[in-house]
Amino acid sequence: MTPRSPETPHELSFGHELPPEDSAAPSKGTIRVLQLYPRDMNIYGDWGNALVLAQRLRWHGYTPELLEYNVGDQFPADVDLIIGGGGQDSGQLVIQDDLLSRESTLKQLAEDGTPMLVICGLYQLFGKFFKTRLGSVLPGIGILDVETHGTDERLIGNVTVASPEFGSILGYENHSGQTTLGPGVEPLGTTAKGTGNNSTDGQEGARYRNIVASYLHGSLLPKNPALADFLITTAVERKYGSFTPGTPDDSYAVLAREHAARRPR
Amino acid sequence: MLYFSVPLGKLVRRVSRLRGGGSALPGLVVEKIDPGFMRRTLSTLPLGVAVVSGTNGKTTTTKMVVELLESQGLKVFTNRTGSNFTRGVAAALLGEVDWRGRLDADVAVLELDEAHAVHFVNKVPPRYSLLLNVLRDQLDRFGEIDKTAELLQHIASKTTGTVVLNREDPRVARIAQTLDGPEVLYFGLDDSLLSTFPNDDEMRAAPGSPVPPAPARPAADVVLRRVGADDADFEYDGATVTTPMLLRGVYNIFNAAAALTLARGVSGARGTGTDHAGLLTALSKVAPAFGRGESLVVDGLPLELVLVKNPSGFRLGLKSFPAAGYATMIAINDNYADGRDMSWLWDVEFDTLRDGGVDQLTGSRAYDMALRLQYDDVAIGAVDTEIAPALAAFIRGGQGKPKRIFCTYTAMLAIRRELSKITTVEVVS
Repeated sequence: MTPRSPETPHELSFGHELPPEDSAAPSKGTIRVLQLYPRDMNIYGDWGNALVLAQRLRWHGYTPELLEYNVGDQFPADVDLIIGGGGQDSGQLVIQDDLLSRESTLKQLAEDGTPMLVICGLYQLFGKFFKTRLGSVLPGIGILDVETHGTDERLIGNVTVASPEFGSILGYENHSGQTTLGPGVEPLGTTAKGTGNNSTDGQEGARYRNIVASYLHGSLLPKNPALADFLITTAVERKYGSFTPGTPDDSYAVLAREHAARRPR
Repeated sequence: MLYFSVPLGKLVRRVSRLRGGGSALPGLVVEKIDPGFMRRTLSTLPLGVAVVSGTNGKTTTTKMVVELLESQGLKVFTNRTGSNFTRGVAAALLGEVDWRGRLDADVAVLELDEAHAVHFVNKVPPRYSLLLNVLRDQLDRFGEIDKTAELLQHIASKTTGTVVLNREDPRVARIAQTLDGPEVLYFGLDDSLLSTFPNDDEMRAAPGSPVPPAPARPAADVVLRRVGADDADFEYDGATVTTPMLLRGVYNIFNAAAALTLARGVSGARGTGTDHAGLLTALSKVAPAFGRGESLVVDGLPLELVLVKNPSGFRLGLKSFPAAGYATMIAINDNYADGRDMSWLWDVEFDTLRDGGVDQLTGSRAYDMALRLQYDDVAIGAVDTEIAPALAAFIRGGQGKPKRIFCTYTAMLAIRRELSKITTVEVVS
């Protein structure tokens, strides 16, 4: 459809917005959460991850500041947490050059220990390269020691991952690129149900410094609060030295996990 | 062999009906023994075949096109039972042809699932196609929306006469550039309504992000200018007409513009003139297809069923049917026909439900929905994954308010089965 008129940027009847803040308690601090390319890489509910981080920060007593970085934007300063999602092949082509131009900035942030969550398409592009079925090679930014090869096989369905760090992780995969890990990263976990990184080694996702990379959406963070709180805790500790948690009510998350785990592949 | 295929197919149809079987078997039988049956039969129709496809609104739009053409005195063959795949069309044909295989109709209007439409048009090139939209739906089946757009492009390329395209959906409008044979007609929206129809690329456009320049939009055959509470304005042939509408929901009424464009094209091809007043009267009387905003009466109070199957549809449903004054239930299943992936719930905002909350949640993924609402600060009454008890509790409660249920496809079928025990519901198998 025709883009909205630039004169009325706030008439975003369908744009996502955070619910209004209703806590009267003084904030323990502000965490700046940057969404990478939400305009072009947002295909499978990636907003859910941003929303969960923002709301849980509030529930823990902190103030979230949600930022966006799209193609051609100024890269914001003082970013505490970075998330990025999946896209269609066309979306990946749109961001490709811009992402490569941000390689050194993102690498520095990653090496400094900035917590990051990259899903699906951006997981692939955070790796060394994506080689398409036809043999052309799209370079990644090489933060993660992984490589991805396009295939004709689409890996689709519910996934349960056993993670040594985070317990069981539940999500949904839908990808045809198959990723293999090099010695510089650890897998996020091993698949108990579903395929994960590729159809051969039973591994899913990648871990490097404070980066969590995964093929899982669903969205990933809502049903995996342990992962969300890892990212939040790391961001707060890096900025304020220590983290004092609040008491989020995770009873719906627990039940959603139980029911999701029983659903077919 | 050919001579016997129709009687044999009809016989299989009868037997399978007696056994209470599905609609596909007789179609399968006739396809196997007489692969040319469908093409041969449909090619005898004087005004040819029109295919309706796209992600959202196929059923209601097809129903509208049929009723509009019937208002012009045309005999229309259609696949009414929701068998929107090739074998289902063959089976529906078997029900309509006489024992010698002749179909008494002027034109066929067929609703076809995007993927099945591709197989169908390879067998039977349509004279008309109407391509509604490409939205994020069933991605786990087709892979990606660009792939769905390719399927629609293929349907357009096989069309011999006129392709009707949604001017406001870039993935659909773009198809025009790939065509050199068929005539292209568009249906469109007034600028003031554009913001109510986000496409998937726009859903995350944020304040301050650069807005690319608007491409020049081609003239549309029919433009929806305004949607009122129970009427709408359509512009065509250089004038704007106002007509009352039974249909509810902005997206249904936009599809009415689509149906009007196709019906005008088909009717105009007869060369005997179009009864414009008759078209409008028919349009004003089109009732929603099942589950598309239909209103039932339970315990003397209205109960509305709104089918939601993808983020754009859910957003439009929430916008078209304001929550104030209603008790609300949401039923989310994750069976194959619903889509197994729950990610789509996170692409919908539920802030419009914040004031009144949601009274009841149900379906196999009721707790995924509960979690979604929790993160949008929407209060939740009760959660029960079992649909029958949840529906009963919802009907018992509700403080005398009219009720509305947003439901995925298989949840809607289950809810209708339950409701049919206590009220009169059109049962669709």
